[in-house]
Amino acid sequence: MSILDSKIPSGPIAEKWTKHKNEINLVNPANKRNIDIIVVGTGLAGASAAATLAELGYNVKTFCFQDSPRRAHSIAAQGGINASKNYQGDGDSDYRLFYDTVKGGDYRSREANVYRLAEVSSNIIDQCVAQGVPFAREYGGLLDNRSFGGVLVSRTFYAKGQTGQQLLLGAYSAMNRQINRGKIQAFNRHEMMDIVKVDGKARGIIARNLVTGEIERHSAHAVVLASGGYGNVFFLSTNAMGSNVTAAWRAHKKGAFFANPCFTQIHPTCIPVSGDLQAKLTLMSESLRNDGRIWVPKHQKDAEAIRSGQLKPTELKEEDRDYYLERRYPAFGNLVPRDVASRAAKERCDAGYGVNKTGQAVYLDFASAIERYGKEKAFSSGHKNPSQDEIIKLGKEVVESKYGNLFDMYQKITDQNPYETPMMIFPAVHYTMGGLWVDYNLMTTIPGCYAAGEANFSDHGANRLGASALMQGLADGYFVLPYTIGDYLSNDIQTGPISTETKEFEQAEKEVLDSLNRLMNIKGDKPVDYFHRKLGLIMWNKCGMSRNENELKEAIEEIAQLREEFYSNVRIPGKATAKNAELEKASRVADFLELGELFAKDALDRNESCGGHFREEYQTEDGEALRDDENYRYVSAWEYKGQPKDAVLHKEQLIFENIELKTRSYK
Amino acid sequence: MKLKLNIWRQEDANAKGQFESYDLDGIDGDMSFLEMLDVLNNNLVEQGVEPVEFDHDCREGICGMCSLQINGEPHGPDRRVTTCQLHMRKFKDGDTITIEPFRAKAFPVIKDLVVDRSAFDRIQHAGGYISVNTSGNTQDANSIPIEKENADMAFNAATCIGCGACVAACKNASAMLFTSAKVSQYALLPQGEIEATERVLNMVEQMDKEGFGNCTNTGACEIECPKGISLENIARLNREYLSASFKG
Amino acid sequence: MSGILKTSIARKFAMALSGLFLVLFLAQHFTINFTSVVSPDTFNEISHFMGTNFLVQAILQPVLIFGVVFHFIMGFVLEIKNNKARVVKYKNYNGGANAPWVSRNMIISGAVVLAFLGLHFYDFWIHEMQVKYLQGDMSGLNAAGEFRYYEETVAKFAGQPVRLGIYVLSFVFLMLHLLHGFASSFQTVGFNNKYSKGLKVFTKAFAIVIPLGFAFIAIFHYINNL
Repeated sequence: MSILDSKIPSGPIAEKWTKHKNEINLVNPANKRNIDIIVVGTGLAGASAAATLAELGYNVKTFCFQDSPRRAHSIAAQGGINASKNYQGDGDSDYRLFYDTVKGGDYRSREANVYRLAEVSSNIIDQCVAQGVPFAREYGGLLDNRSFGGVLVSRTFYAKGQTGQQLLLGAYSAMNRQINRGKIQAFNRHEMMDIVKVDGKARGIIARNLVTGEIERHSAHAVVLASGGYGNVFFLSTNAMGSNVTAAWRAHKKGAFFANPCFTQIHPTCIPVSGDLQAKLTLMSESLRNDGRIWVPKHQKDAEAIRSGQLKPTELKEEDRDYYLERRYPAFGNLVPRDVASRAAKERCDAGYGVNKTGQAVYLDFASAIERYGKEKAFSSGHKNPSQDEIIKLGKEVVESKYGNLFDMYQKITDQNPYETPMMIFPAVHYTMGGLWVDYNLMTTIPGCYAAGEANFSDHGANRLGASALMQGLADGYFVLPYTIGDYLSNDIQTGPISTETKEFEQAEKEVLDSLNRLMNIKGDKPVDYFHRKLGLIMWNKCGMSRNENELKEAIEEIAQLREEFYSNVRIPGKATAKNAELEKASRVADFLELGELFAKDALDRNESCGGHFREEYQTEDGEALRDDENYRYVSAWEYKGQPKDAVLHKEQLIFENIELKTRSYK
Repeated sequence: MKLKLNIWRQEDANAKGQFESYDLDGIDGDMSFLEMLDVLNNNLVEQGVEPVEFDHDCREGICGMCSLQINGEPHGPDRRVTTCQLHMRKFKDGDTITIEPFRAKAFPVIKDLVVDRSAFDRIQHAGGYISVNTSGNTQDANSIPIEKENADMAFNAATCIGCGACVAACKNASAMLFTSAKVSQYALLPQGEIEATERVLNMVEQMDKEGFGNCTNTGACEIECPKGISLENIARLNREYLSASFKG
Repeated sequence: MSGILKTSIARKFAMALSGLFLVLFLAQHFTINFTSVVSPDTFNEISHFMGTNFLVQAILQPVLIFGVVFHFIMGFVLEIKNNKARVVKYKNYNGGANAPWVSRNMIISGAVVLAFLGLHFYDFWIHEMQVKYLQGDMSGLNAAGEFRYYEETVAKFAGQPVRLGIYVLSFVFLMLHLLHGFASSFQTVGFNNKYSKGLKVFTKAFAIVIPLGFAFIAIFHYINNL
């Protein structure tokens, strides 16, 4: 038996959660008043957990590095949130949502967790509507749904292209209610620097006040990490600039196992990199693939002419274009899952067919959608013989009504008009499925330390489906963690307040101060970004959309070297005892420099291709991913042993009792 | 592109600040305004000078963290964008750009261009929510039908990102557009009606307490709002407030 | 009163109501004045009525004076409060980029109108008060036994280019004040809906026509008596 106990309840899958809730220990309301909980991160998972825990009666302290909880990066999610409401009557059910999620994740997620996610998904929508989230509605006044990639039903609830914003503001408003009641104390512009363990249990954190630079001790009976994903290890990603792995990584160093670090989602429709000094990539909603056709030139000479600006894409004849997704995957076409679409774009660009200056872009073309919609519109408005110009004009109006805000955003960023010339897109790092290992109760391998949302590894396996991240964050925060945490805290009702004046806190604080001083005292000559950019390039080139043994080994070497260079040559002006954005960055990049190595090590261990993890050695003859269920049907959970290269692998075998393992095919 | 930057530098909340000027070369029109500042900052670090602090996070125009008064306008000369989505092609080679923090008594400067906008949070604490429990709400979502027009208007109000450009643009540093957006979102939904009276009174009271100015309907906030929040919301806030006052 | 006017919105509401009241008064004042261009007799009769009617003098007049005083005191109070809301000013404030001059400078246009009111009171109102209440002459007649109002009014402009100039300039500022203030008061009382567009056109037209009309009357009498 592995040292990992996932604590999955027994019984049929549809009854596990109910049974579990009935059987776990609870804390009575009077005792909850004597229990403190720290929540790190205030995105969907953190804010919803904080609000619910406070409502139940616990004393909650929240921490976020932004100036307000409302700014957490959940806010940037565009498309929507899935729920198996079956309002459209198209045959949706908890089981179908469960099945789609497990299949979409390429069979590398835990069945029981995913089923529970599907089970509570409906309740999320009820909850959000009750708290005033303005979801899109039909003229009849009822909620509207849209469909998303990789599934056969319409189960996605949305609020235009700002679903994440509306859901986060909903959770933030629930937090505000508790702040007003005095049940939540919000520590904004604070960064968690370390977790404090007392007698092996998580009993508090060390935080840095980012305004004053002060190091603070905060105690609690349990610590919830809802600090998001680590996509910024790639430097360029669609994550926010401040998104970081620090909270999760420091917990990892204190004993929390890190699971599946190499499972990263690379989103196919982002705006391509425009220059060497770019700091951030922007996502264009996946919904664009419903109407846009993806192509590159069929002949290399045309691609070269386009790159050098001698040829315009609109001048290229239909037969000289290669609609490669439609060619390779006739059944799903442009709507294949994200990992498949991303890899296909990379394959074409690597082969020399890429289209922008750097050759790292493909076209997303709306010309045929404009024509099709234009004809439909002309027909439905009784216009019998429309001219081509009229058709195009009508078609553009339809496309504008559907995607106007996205087209505007594209034009603002690239200065090109996507109604006239095809958009250019390229894949970019977007989400990390990996994260802290948690059991069914969402507890990490540190007793009393929980992980929720993107920070944990639990529900998406090797690839996440669209509109599922919001669902998971809120499910964890509103409906799972507040119950399961009671099971652990029921042993703490007589503990009383945890003192911060103990040697454990003192020691942890000292370690934090030492590490900050170490960074400040390097006094080298390169800014933090220099190292972060270099790390990003190694990650992107060698641990990105496709990986191989040699390059992964190189990456491990190079990252270790870069880390050394960082610790000898980074330069941080200013003081540690005041606001210092460079120091904040340095402290985060230091953790990325360790995580990156573990990431590569994990990718090297996994000798198979699954979901977002594509190993070049393991592919079919026509270049599709080749999974190895016999040898790799497990969660890799890494234990920290001083250096990333020394990390020890623990395997949680995945058991599939309710879903038959199959090869994903989208052909 | 070559630029001259006049930037407000202030060591901390209590320090006296001043403008510093910097010359910057090699800026490309495709860069965002904040990427331009990244370049400046990396140059400064290499010279051992403390970089210019500014707030930013998502760089997609949605989190509301970035601010900056650029050449006298919040989020710069472009419309319907935040500073992070402002691109350098809006400027010309040789331009002088003045960059100041958002200025308001209720937004004290923390350092350089970073200001404290927690006043907005406190306005929300005073009533920016619907008092429903988050755990175990069992009423089906579709049992509350809402007229599409109202739902859409509520959504439009709810798209406020809380960046504070309205306050920064307003000659009176008034926070009416921000407050009205939240009040409107809930006033337009049946879920929000129950607490409407108390909500509007409490939020306005808190808004005044924070030291924001009075709205004089200049409309600057609406023009500068990166999300295009409409002045209609302010009229609605006035209505809601007046009727709530009469109700007592 | 301070109780009711404790919050920013209540203060603005009071400001809007007093402003709307003054707009009504302006319309009334203009209508009466305009009769001086058409028919001196009518002007005399109405003036006499307004000047001697108990209701107008004892009730409406104090209300009006209160309205004016309240409006300008509140205007200054708001200005001071608003100024305090931004302690450190911008070095570079491009106000013209997002709001028209008239909206941003109500205090200037208001102050000019206020100064003008001083002159206007000195010209007409103080004289009236003296004659009627200090000298006790409620007849409204001059030495020749005719109504004095028309000739007194005309006399203020005949051969008085400086006064005329000040009046005309003041009317321009009144126009600027009204261009923002009239429409703005509807927004403040919470009126912003599908009718607002039409209302805005009306308020702008009013803001231009009424001050121009006042100016026309003054110029008319000046030219008529060259």
